[in-house]
Amino acid sequence: MTGVLDYDAGNLTSVQNALDYLGEPWIVSRHPLDLQEADRLIVPGDGHASTCMENLRFLELDLLLGDFVARGRPVLGICVGSQIVLDSSEEGPARCLGLVPGVCRLLPGGAGLKVPHMGWNTVNFPQANHPLVRGVVSGSSFYFVHSYYTSPAQGVSVLGSTVHGLEFPVGFVHGSLATWQFHPEKSGALGLRLLGNFLAWRP
Amino acid sequence: MLQKRIIVCLDVRDGKTVKSVKFVDTKELGDPVEMAAEYYLQGADELVFYDITASAEKRGVLIDVVRKVAQRIFIPFCVGGGIKTAEDIRQVILAGAEKVSLNSQAVRNPQLISTGARLYGSQSMVLAIDALADSSFPSGYRVVIDGGRTPTDLDVLAWARQGQALGAGELVLNSIDADGTKAGYDLNLTRMLSQALPIPVVASGGAGIPEHLRAVLQEGKADAALVASMVHYGTYTIPVLKDYLAEKGVPVRVAEPHDG
Repeated sequence: MTGVLDYDAGNLTSVQNALDYLGEPWIVSRHPLDLQEADRLIVPGDGHASTCMENLRFLELDLLLGDFVARGRPVLGICVGSQIVLDSSEEGPARCLGLVPGVCRLLPGGAGLKVPHMGWNTVNFPQANHPLVRGVVSGSSFYFVHSYYTSPAQGVSVLGSTVHGLEFPVGFVHGSLATWQFHPEKSGALGLRLLGNFLAWRP
Repeated sequence: MLQKRIIVCLDVRDGKTVKSVKFVDTKELGDPVEMAAEYYLQGADELVFYDITASAEKRGVLIDVVRKVAQRIFIPFCVGGGIKTAEDIRQVILAGAEKVSLNSQAVRNPQLISTGARLYGSQSMVLAIDALADSSFPSGYRVVIDGGRTPTDLDVLAWARQGQALGAGELVLNSIDADGTKAGYDLNLTRMLSQALPIPVVASGGAGIPEHLRAVLQEGKADAALVASMVHYGTYTIPVLKDYLAEKGVPVRVAEPHDG
């Protein structure tokens, strides 16, 4: 059973539909009590990092996430969910969960480069043998919509990177916590494969 | 590298896909859910559904279509047409669409853009503009609404800037002059808006051959191109279009086949 955090941070329907497609039972809730027995958690997220953090804290889901990570149970952050696991974000600015050392910064944009970074971009996967990227090769495309990028501290294991003006990490793994900046639930067959890898992951 | 998107547009009336020419004649084409699934498997990067249902009582049919589409396709899709209130936006997003496209209603009630952006984020709010060439306007284009029937006093560039300031995260530019002609997109219109605005610009109206897509994505500086009749009648498939574009140096996504 996979728990999906509902904290008024974007559209959960597409995550639910993707889990249905993969045959995975799920529970969507905003109450830690409903989610604490889940085998793993997915933290989706669209919108403003500081609003997301306020909602998480108000619902005490920040404590739930900390507990899951401390017990080594898998957690996947998607989009803003991949940003707020870091120490802080320039968006807000917001003090974030601090589950992974690092910060989140505004994409610089510039000549001919649009921000938000919206659309399909190619991703490089430096750890070809990692169970989370099984069956997906470097150069495959995934769907992004974001204006801020993650900059985890040195030593955090980077799973993927892309280029939009600068090269930046779009996925990392730290203990039992993994992230994708793009939307695997909206990235076609390969996105579903990455989600399936997370469901099978035993960190 | 960020790739140029090919977006398939489905006009939906009373739950069936139709194709309109110059917003007037319509022909029935099929079931939008099945068509969406087919384009998804072919490798379309995104889909957009425009609801052109005439009667208010049949509006629920569209939400049902959106819900079924969201269960079958795992790429972003947008819904437009007849969205008048924050509640309309909520229903479409909850049914599983990523984006909502506002056109005439945004002109009548610009706060609808900011309300939607506040509730669901700018990435969910698409401003669609029907542009009619008119040299008496500063940008050379006048905004028209109600499917091309009602001229407004708005200049296309000024309205696009206002829409972005209100919270629109993407623009769809439809050239009324080019729509349905198969003579090519309006490159001038698309380039002007794409260079003036920091948000993605989608070109719409006029595609007939693959070269038209290449032109608008390269010379026209569009971030994405909308296609409809080119693919609806089986003249071209998405892979044929993408192969052509890739050969001409346009970065496009090659979709992987589905598991199972």
